Amino acid sequence: MSKFSIVFDRLRTEEKMLQKEAVELGHEASLIDAKITQINTSSQIQDFDFGNIVLERCVSYYRGLYFTACLEFLDIPVINEFNVSTICGNKLLTSMILKKNNIPTPKTYFSFSGDAAQENLGKIGYPVVIKPIIGSWGRNVMPLKDKDTADAIIEQREITDGPLDRIFYLQEMVDRPPRDIRVITIGDKAVTAMYRKSSDSFKTNIALGAEPEICDITNEMEDLCAKASKAVGGGILGVDLMEDKEKGLVVHEVNNTVEFKGLVKVANINIPKEMIEFAVNSIRK
Amino acid sequence: MKCPECDADLSIPVDAAVGEIISCGDCGADYEISKKDGSTIEIKEAETVGEDWGE
Repeated sequence: MSKFSIVFDRLRTEEKMLQKEAVELGHEASLIDAKITQINTSSQIQDFDFGNIVLERCVSYYRGLYFTACLEFLDIPVINEFNVSTICGNKLLTSMILKKNNIPTPKTYFSFSGDAAQENLGKIGYPVVIKPIIGSWGRNVMPLKDKDTADAIIEQREITDGPLDRIFYLQEMVDRPPRDIRVITIGDKAVTAMYRKSSDSFKTNIALGAEPEICDITNEMEDLCAKASKAVGGGILGVDLMEDKEKGLVVHEVNNTVEFKGLVKVANINIPKEMIEFAVNSIRK
Repeated sequence: MKCPECDADLSIPVDAAVGEIISCGDCGADYEISKKDGSTIEIKEAETVGEDWGE
C-alpha cells in the first residue's frame, strides 16, 4: 500500500475519481485543500501528512504552481514538478521549448508592446490567433481577421494593463478540420486520445462545450506526444495537437493539470487508474 | 440548509465532500462545502472563476 495526497482548491469530478481509484487499488489517498494549508520557511516534511508523493490538481494555475514550490521545498515529490508546471502553464515558454526540441508546432510571434504587435501584424498579415500567455479553457483566445479587430484587442489590452497584457502571443491560424486532438500522456506514453469537435466556433475546448470523440493513437501521434512530454519534463500531461492540412500534425499546447472528465466518457481505458499507478510507480523509483 | 443569498432550500447530496461546490437551484449562487461532520455541514461562498483557472 502506498500513501499519497491529491492537492486541490476546488474539488471536481476528476479529483474524486482519482481518490476513489486509489482506494480501490488499496492505497491511502488524502484530499488536501491548498486554500487552507499553511506552510512556512521552518516547516518540516513531518509536520504534514502528504504521504510519499503529491498529485497537484489545483484549478488555479498560480496557486498550484506556488503550492508545488512549497512542497518541493519540503522535499516532497510532486506530479507535476514545478519546472514542468512553469513551462506548461505558459504558452510562450511551451512554444519555444517545442520548437527547440524540433517538435512541429504552429509558427508563433512574440511582441512586447502594443506598437510592436501592430508592426508584427503588418508583416504577418491576417488571419492570426492571439492568445494570452497564461490562461486556459480558451479564455481570451481570439482570431484576428483584420486590422480593425487587432487594433481593438490591442487597445483593450493596454487599458486593462495586467502584468502580462503587454506580452503579445500571435500564432498562425492553422488550416485544419474543425477539431483538435487531446492526448493524455502518462510518463511520456500516450495512453488515450480524443477529438474535440466544435461546430460553431474555432475554439475546441471541452470547457466551452466541444464534443469529445475517441481518437485512435497512431504511431506518429505516439512519437510526437512522447517527444513533447519529454521536452517539458514529463509527468501527467495533456498534449494538444492540430491536423494542419499542409504540415500534418502540430503540437500547440501541453497542459499541466489535465482535465479528463470529457475523455472518461469515451475512453476505453481507466484514466484515473493509469494515473494512480504512475504515481505509485514514481514513489518506488 | 437555506441559501444565504435567497433563502431557498439548498439541495446537498449526501455524498458531497469538503471542497465540493454546490449551487442554489433558485438563485444560482455557488457555495463551497467548508466543513462536514456527520450531518452537520458548513458552507462558504465559492471563489469566483479566476483568470488563471484551467488545466
